[in-house]
Amino acid sequence: MPEPMISLEGVTKVFPGSAAPAVDNLTLEVAAGEVAVLVGHSGCGKTTTLKMINRLIDPTSGRITVAGEDVMTVPAPELRRRIGYVIQQIGLFPHRTIADNIATVPRLLGWDRTRIDERTDELIALVDLDPALRNRYPRELSGGQRQRAGVARALAADPPVLLMDEPFGAVDPIVRSRLQDELLDLQRRLHKTIVLVTHDIDEAIKLGDRVAILQVGGVLAQHDSPAAILRDPAGPFVEEFLGSDRGIKRLSLMPIRDVPLEPGPVVSRAADPEEARAAMARYGVDWFGILDDGNLEGWAWAADLEQGPIASLPARSFRVRLGYDDSLRDALDTVITSHTGVAPVFDGERFVGMLTAEAISRELAR
Amino acid sequence: MGFFADLGRWFLENWSGDAGWLVRIWQHVEVSAVAVVAAVLVALPLGAWLGHTGRGGLAVVSVVNIGRAMPSFGILALALPFTIWLADTVWFIDNGLGFAPTFVALFALALPPVFTNTWAGIRGVDPEIVEAARGMGFTGRRLLRDVEFPLALPVILTGVRVTAVQVVATATLGALVGYGGLGRYIIDGFATQDDVRIVAGALLVAALSVLTEAMFSLVERRVVSPGLGIERQTTVPTPETRFRNGEHPEAVLS
Repeated sequence: MPEPMISLEGVTKVFPGSAAPAVDNLTLEVAAGEVAVLVGHSGCGKTTTLKMINRLIDPTSGRITVAGEDVMTVPAPELRRRIGYVIQQIGLFPHRTIADNIATVPRLLGWDRTRIDERTDELIALVDLDPALRNRYPRELSGGQRQRAGVARALAADPPVLLMDEPFGAVDPIVRSRLQDELLDLQRRLHKTIVLVTHDIDEAIKLGDRVAILQVGGVLAQHDSPAAILRDPAGPFVEEFLGSDRGIKRLSLMPIRDVPLEPGPVVSRAADPEEARAAMARYGVDWFGILDDGNLEGWAWAADLEQGPIASLPARSFRVRLGYDDSLRDALDTVITSHTGVAPVFDGERFVGMLTAEAISRELAR
Repeated sequence: MGFFADLGRWFLENWSGDAGWLVRIWQHVEVSAVAVVAAVLVALPLGAWLGHTGRGGLAVVSVVNIGRAMPSFGILALALPFTIWLADTVWFIDNGLGFAPTFVALFALALPPVFTNTWAGIRGVDPEIVEAARGMGFTGRRLLRDVEFPLALPVILTGVRVTAVQVVATATLGALVGYGGLGRYIIDGFATQDDVRIVAGALLVAALSVLTEAMFSLVERRVVSPGLGIERQTTVPTPETRFRNGEHPEAVLS
């Protein structure tokens, strides 16, 4: 593994007046360009951990490095200007316009006016904010717009590291989901190292390249990719934290591409009725798909075979179809609601096979 | 009707000269303004700094508020021997009567509310915003200057405005210790049982107070960021919403 961008070595934080540590001997590495999510119930020390990275809280013991540099050796304000920071209520300055808010860190760094103005415009475009909002004040913006402005502000000086503390906590679920997608999209372009704190396991699974699940007292319960955690939870705490629908959650991370597909009860136009009957028998169904030169044209009932050769049968079109990159979560929904229990999968326009409910459950059991 | 006619005549006949109301207004404004400016120069930086660090503030507020319990009249009486002594001792004060004791009393009156509102205003800034600012790399000084102070400005200015009005009203007492100002008309009016003069003086003091209030309201509207909303400029937020637990100064002006 290359040098981690952020590393915590045996970090402990005991708040004055409290016997139990808020974070207990935590060791964690975050690779450059990765989205690391710290997730856990309230009181698990996730926010404390985050704030120790930019020194809003100083650890009691242990060592934290960012880009190989011990954070305690850098003056705190200087360190923080190199690390983007987004908090739940976004913390936009109510007395400053959106443009001035975005320009906060560049100003602290003493950039000249032209450079700040250019960068502000660039960021407003980057986070997809309406440029008309430039000179508005935060209270005039919607929750989603404020969140975007908050992200723009954190990105202003192009810091390699971004810390986000429940960044989507203050917006409604529909907006939240869209903002999450936008963050992922932004990350694909920017490749920042992001540490994000949330109490929402679904958010963690959706956003995290790796997820660290913390137990009360800042004890690391598991740190792995979402898929690995869902497949193989380390102990009863994680299992319970993941919830009873762990299997379904896993499915949302798996593309159909990864599952071996069945050819299905499919025959070509040129096939004779006996072949079609054999295919149907193999799958225990009373219909078959019709292939024309590799293209899945449609399907016909077994009873349709009485009407003439397959070549002349009218193909009924499939009402359900799946894309190769759809998640198994979506596929399951499609498969179980289609009365036949299977759905054809297409890679673009090309038919690649049939997905069955059994194949999905077999995949989960692997 | 005769009284109002007399009153009107009084204003027409007494506007000019050393004892005219133009000069008296100027004297009144002069001592009030000097007292308020001096109080702001002392209380504002102190209140802001203590509010920013959050240390020892409550203790200072308590001490300062003892001052508020003392009537200005009493302070005036106490100040008099002190300023007379000062005039004897310090070369640049040539008169222990008049301006000096009036100034001391008004300064003492103005100091606590300006200090308390500044301190409370800074303390009342949303801690989330303060932490966001720190997290972005603000140093303490810049945090105070660029974030806390502008956010506390509505509360601070309300303090200054209410203080100024109070000072203008109280400067009337200056006449008791030999100062000019509009109080002259009231005090002298009483001495000579001249009702017209008393009422004229009272009207002038009232008008000046209203003018002071209006002027400061205008300033507030000008200097407070429009991002803070108009409703915060005209009323002081309720303590429940503005202050954190345990920091609940009753002293905040309303």
